This record gives sequence, structure tokens and C-alpha cells, in this order.
Amino acid sequence: MSEHAPTIAAIRNSKKRIPCSKCKQEVAESELAASYYLCPHCGAYCRIPARIRAELLTDTDTFTELFGEDVVGDPIDFPTYPEKVAAAKEKSGENEAVLCGKAKICGYDTCLFIMNPDFMLGSMGTVVGDRIAALFEYATARNLPVIGYTVSGGARMQEGVLSLMQMAKVSMALKRHSDAGLFYLSCLTDPTMGGLTASFAMLGDVIIAEPGAQIGFAGKRVIEQNTGETLPPDFQSAEFQLKTGFLDSIVERKDQRNYLSRMLAFHDKY
Amino acid sequence: MNSTITAEPRLSTYEKIRLTRSAHRATASDYIRHLFTDFTELHGDRRFGDDPAIVAGLAHLFDMPVTVIGIEKGKDAYGRMNRHFGFVGPEGYRKALRLAKEAEKFSRPVIFLVDTQGASCGKSAEERGIGEAIAENLFELGTVRTPTLSLMIGEGGSGGALALAVADEVWMLENAYYSVIAPESCASILFKDPARAPEVSDYLKLTAHDLYSMEVVERIVEEPESFAEGELLDTFMDKLASDLYGKLTHLSHEDTDRLLAARYEKYRKIGRYPIYGAAAKKRRGWFL
Repeated sequence: MSEHAPTIAAIRNSKKRIPCSKCKQEVAESELAASYYLCPHCGAYCRIPARIRAELLTDTDTFTELFGEDVVGDPIDFPTYPEKVAAAKEKSGENEAVLCGKAKICGYDTCLFIMNPDFMLGSMGTVVGDRIAALFEYATARNLPVIGYTVSGGARMQEGVLSLMQMAKVSMALKRHSDAGLFYLSCLTDPTMGGLTASFAMLGDVIIAEPGAQIGFAGKRVIEQNTGETLPPDFQSAEFQLKTGFLDSIVERKDQRNYLSRMLAFHDKY
Repeated sequence: MNSTITAEPRLSTYEKIRLTRSAHRATASDYIRHLFTDFTELHGDRRFGDDPAIVAGLAHLFDMPVTVIGIEKGKDAYGRMNRHFGFVGPEGYRKALRLAKEAEKFSRPVIFLVDTQGASCGKSAEERGIGEAIAENLFELGTVRTPTLSLMIGEGGSGGALALAVADEVWMLENAYYSVIAPESCASILFKDPARAPEVSDYLKLTAHDLYSMEVVERIVEEPESFAEGELLDTFMDKLASDLYGKLTHLSHEDTDRLLAARYEKYRKIGRYPIYGAAAKKRRGWFL
């Protein structure tokens, strides 16, 4: 665990005020932590740091981080990439855009990966792909289900085609997990776009999303520019994806822990 | 590794990208006409429709029955429009997967011909789950129990190309490119200026030689001086056909479980640190 990664306890005592991502009004961080990171002014779902989400979902003191080593890489010598990574580390207190581990949820053992919105908007590079693939292999070897929370702008362009390959790598590890008869639930949070939607976000046995989350492949602005189409306001929202048939359910944050435990119970083999 | 690096890069990276977009380049249908006999096209995804950007069917490679699945961009303005400029939609990827599964059932090797700027970008593609369609291909093609080979003949645009490039072997034409993002889009994001694409295309390491050195592709295929119909093209296609035949014969004799294990390991090791760290760069020489 990184030195200054946020924890709920620290945030409860925090005096910091941060602007809501939707209505821009300032909210005390401690107040957000007490309300599942829902903005008290407009009710919007604010983005949650991965470690806080892990604490909210799992049984007290059961979360153990896996594959968290800080492996530095600039595999294709992309200009300004090392500086961007350094800034993301500083901002998030984490060393990459995904947190992996195992934990108990209402007594059920499960593996868990949670992407981090504060680290380059959860973009997927080689380390992210490597960690998630390793987690699926770990779960397969131990007969454990996997719960995945996605938040990502897509593949990380600063690692070039190697980032793209992570989509294939994770999907293949997931296939082995699936072929072993094991359960994978993905929960899509705002935003889940591009290479994530085109790989493991859309491959859950059960796929749920948070209300209002943006979920899609190409960005809305890109589509409008390329095609001249006017897109409806709810385009690519979780509600839109539910209507078009790509989600099982939209689950509010306060209900997610219960929902997950019920799903784990349904798929429990023993 | 059985590949030969055929030539020093002769063109700048962006010149290569421009070349892959040129109307003089052979498209999937040209390869199908030259490499195979008895090509019989099969249509439709059995779900919603038939995507004209994918041309697929059964054919003979010499005496070997194969399934061919290619992305066709079209030749002239009219043809390009009819083929959706090679932007594959959800129906295209689902058709490809359906036919790959059919090939698996009859133990027939599959050859993919990849040439696309990217997956279809639009309202209807999103509504019908373009992301889910690509994801499903990545998920299933990794364990298709028959030899698969993907030949990148021109543009390799992001997830839209990858969805037909999870294969035992990925070969790349000398001047083809394969990238996580179009250099123009990358330049827009980095510099708010798509005109800086030539510079950005070098950053992205997207040429066949780059990808060969990163072990993302297994072979670089030397290109003819010209793709115009004639002796040069015939010689090129004849050699390519016999190389494909040789490789697929070899893969067909492999034990299927071992084939799948090798396919898995090939993708699994991409980006597994520290293999792709600075040490590896020094060891192999990152650039050719």
C-alpha cells in the first residue's frame, strides 16, 4: 500500500473540501465519505478512490491487496509519459490505475479489482492489464469468484499497442476463469469507455452499473464530429445500456454490498 | 523464431500510414482472389444483419480448406461507401465469430485479413453493442480449437483490428501499421493539433518493425514494389500463399491443447514486467 493512499478513517477526519464533479459546488470530503460519495447538493455520483470503495464494499479488515508492486515502465519511450505517471501517483496516492485484492463480502470469499479514477482516469496500460490478468489466474487457481469495478477512459495511449494487447490478455485470462465454472461480476462506473467496454467490462456473467454512469465504446463528441448525428441526452448512460440490453441491472451505491453478497450466494459452489 | 526481417524501413512512419490508406493498395478481396481458389462467400451474423465491411467465406489454400475472414475497405469511391470504408460494425464482428466457430467445428484453419481504421463509430453501432461484440471476439477467439492466423495488410486501427487479431500467428505487411489510437486523434489529445500526426506516429511505435521487436507480431511480410496487377503482384501472392500454407500445415499438426496454451502465453507475456522494461530494450535493440 502506498504511503499516502487515502483511507476512510483519514477522510472522516479530513478538513478538505472538493468540488462535486457535476454541480461544482464544494463539499467537505468527510461529508462525502459518510454518504457513499453522493453529492449532498445535487445527488450526483462522485468518483470514489479505489481503496475507499474497497472499504465500503468488503467486510471490515478482510481486504488484502494483491499484485500491488510498484513496477515502473515507460515501455515505448513516450514523451512526457513519466511526468504524467509521477503526477498521477502524487494525485491518487496509488502506484497504478487499478487496485487488486481478495476479501470477504458478507462472509463470502472473493477476488476484487477496482479501477482508480484518480490515476490517469483509470486508463489501461501494461501494468493494469498485468494485474487484472494475474488476479483472474489467481482466482482460477483458488476457485474464487471475481468482482470487478471499472472506471476508465480506455486503453492508455502512452504505452501504444502494448496497451491494446492488454484487452486480449485480460479477456483470455477471464475465459479460463469462466471455463473453470467460476463467477465474474462486473460493475461499470462513470465513465467506462473504449477498450474497457470492448473487453472485460462487457464480459461479466452478470453486468451491473451505477445510475447515470457513462458507458460506451466511442466518445459522444467523437461520434457527433464523425457522423454529424445528434445524440439523445441519455445516450450511453447506464439507463440507455439497460434499455438496449447490455446490462443486467442498475444498482445504487448504498445497495451494492447487499447485491454483491446475494450474487455471491447464488453462485456459491459449496 | 522463423521470421526474417526483410528490409530496413524505407519510408517514414507517417508515409507508411498514408500508403496504407492509398487507393493503389491491395484490399482483402484482392488477397482472397489471388491466394485462394473456390472462394465461396458466407453472409450474415444470424442476429441482426450482414456487415458489408467484412467479406468472409470458405476457400481452398492449395489443397487445404480454410475459412477466410477479411475486412474490406472497397476500392473506388462507390465501393468504399458500400463497404462502410472498412469500419466494421457489431454485425461484422459477430459474423466473424460465427464463422470462426464454424471453422472450429470442422477443424478448418482460419485466416483473418485485417485492414481497418477502427471499429464503426456511430449511434447505431453503440446501440447494438459494438463494445460487447469486440469483447466477445477477444474472449472466444483465444480458445478457438483450430489454427488461426491473422494477416495485417494495411491499417490496424485499435480494438477494431484486435478483434480479428487474437490468433496463433499475427503477420504484418512491411508497411502496415497497428496502433492503439489513430495518430491524428493522439495528436489532437496531446497537442490539440491533428496536423502533428506525423510526429506523433513515431511516438506510438506502430510500424511492423516496431511490433516485431516488441514480439506482438511473428513475421514481417515483404511487400512488392507495386500492388498493380502484374508479375510483381503474382510473385508476391504466390510466395505469401505458400508461406501461409507451410505455417498452417505446421500448426495443424500441433496438439490442440498445446496450441491453445501457446496462444495464451503469447498474449499473457506482453507487458509482463520486467520483460518489457529498460533491460529488455537494451538486450534486443528496440529499434531496427
